[in-house]
Amino acid sequence: MKLAVAIVLLGFGLTTPTTAQSVQVVKFDTLQQLLNRPTDTTYVINFWATWCKPCVSELQHFEQLSQDVQLQNVKVLLVSMDFAKDLVNRVQPFLLRKEITVPVWLLDDTNYNSWIDRIDDSWTGAIPATLMINPLTRKKKFFEQEFTYEALYDEVSEFD
Amino acid sequence: MRNTYIVGLIAILAVLIASTSHQTRAQSPKGYSVGEAIASFSLKNVDGRMIGPANYQGQKGLIVVFSSNHCPFSKAYEDRVQELNRRYSSQGFPVVAIMPNDPSAYEEDSYEQMKTRASEKNFSYPYLLDESQSVAKAFGASRTPHVYVLKRSGDRFTVEYIGAIDDNPQDASGVQRRYVEEAVNNLLAGRPVAVTTTKAIGCAIKWKNM
Repeated sequence: MKLAVAIVLLGFGLTTPTTAQSVQVVKFDTLQQLLNRPTDTTYVINFWATWCKPCVSELQHFEQLSQDVQLQNVKVLLVSMDFAKDLVNRVQPFLLRKEITVPVWLLDDTNYNSWIDRIDDSWTGAIPATLMINPLTRKKKFFEQEFTYEALYDEVSEFD
Repeated sequence: MRNTYIVGLIAILAVLIASTSHQTRAQSPKGYSVGEAIASFSLKNVDGRMIGPANYQGQKGLIVVFSSNHCPFSKAYEDRVQELNRRYSSQGFPVVAIMPNDPSAYEEDSYEQMKTRASEKNFSYPYLLDESQSVAKAFGASRTPHVYVLKRSGDRFTVEYIGAIDDNPQDASGVQRRYVEEAVNNLLAGRPVAVTTTKAIGCAIKWKNM
């Protein structure tokens, strides 16, 4: 029995993944559909890119947030602003190296002016940026800034 | 007596409201709006000269591009910025690029590396260092690249367009809308700019002490 537990633990916790998660390449419509679906969930959506230093330094906080048992009703989604042509050579190896397990979408919709305001009017387009939204209650908060884990956790806790 | 009291209350309320709204504005500076005249500035170019709007009094306007070495979006636009300068400097709208980042955050954005970049890429326009970041703050720039098209009226330059260069940073051949060109063409034709603001993804400007 103990051995079985140990094997399970080994399988889940101690080995590093050897293949990258599959990144979904999407247009803005897909993100819009997610935001319009009336589910009573707090989505924490972080806009980032592999080349964005402040984004990379806070990425682990979002990974940690998704694993924080205190935040059951929260779903984390990382939306990459990397170019689609960099998916295989840059984005996937990066996610593997950083052991990112939360879902990642690559938003391949470079007509930014057509959708930035639909995320939030106050967004100038600089990243990192984070949207907290409950599609059912329509409650929404937007941040054009970098987070510490504590600040991120506090914002999400207060949001609910 | 009661009327005086009410009038007094209203006066106090009015003062309170006015001071709060003033405070809000002071706390979140948004930079220049379209139609506003800019304050003059003078920044060090990669060739060591000090350059600012005063050097362009003979021009019709300026295309100010906040740009940086490290940002992939700025890099993706370098050739297109060169092309803007090639096309429009002869028509009275030269490009002036300004690097607003704190170089201690990005080594690639140091003055030395700016010089290297400008000479390697053979920049045909000035590439200025906004060391105190005061110019970027005055403009309200938040990212690189971030473009301001200015029109000269007398000795003043007014902001006529704020935003993106075009609608496709990734692929120059896939561009549908050339926002900066459209704005400059409007001004050259003596018309108001049709699309005065656009937004785009870019690298957040790294401010000092933050």
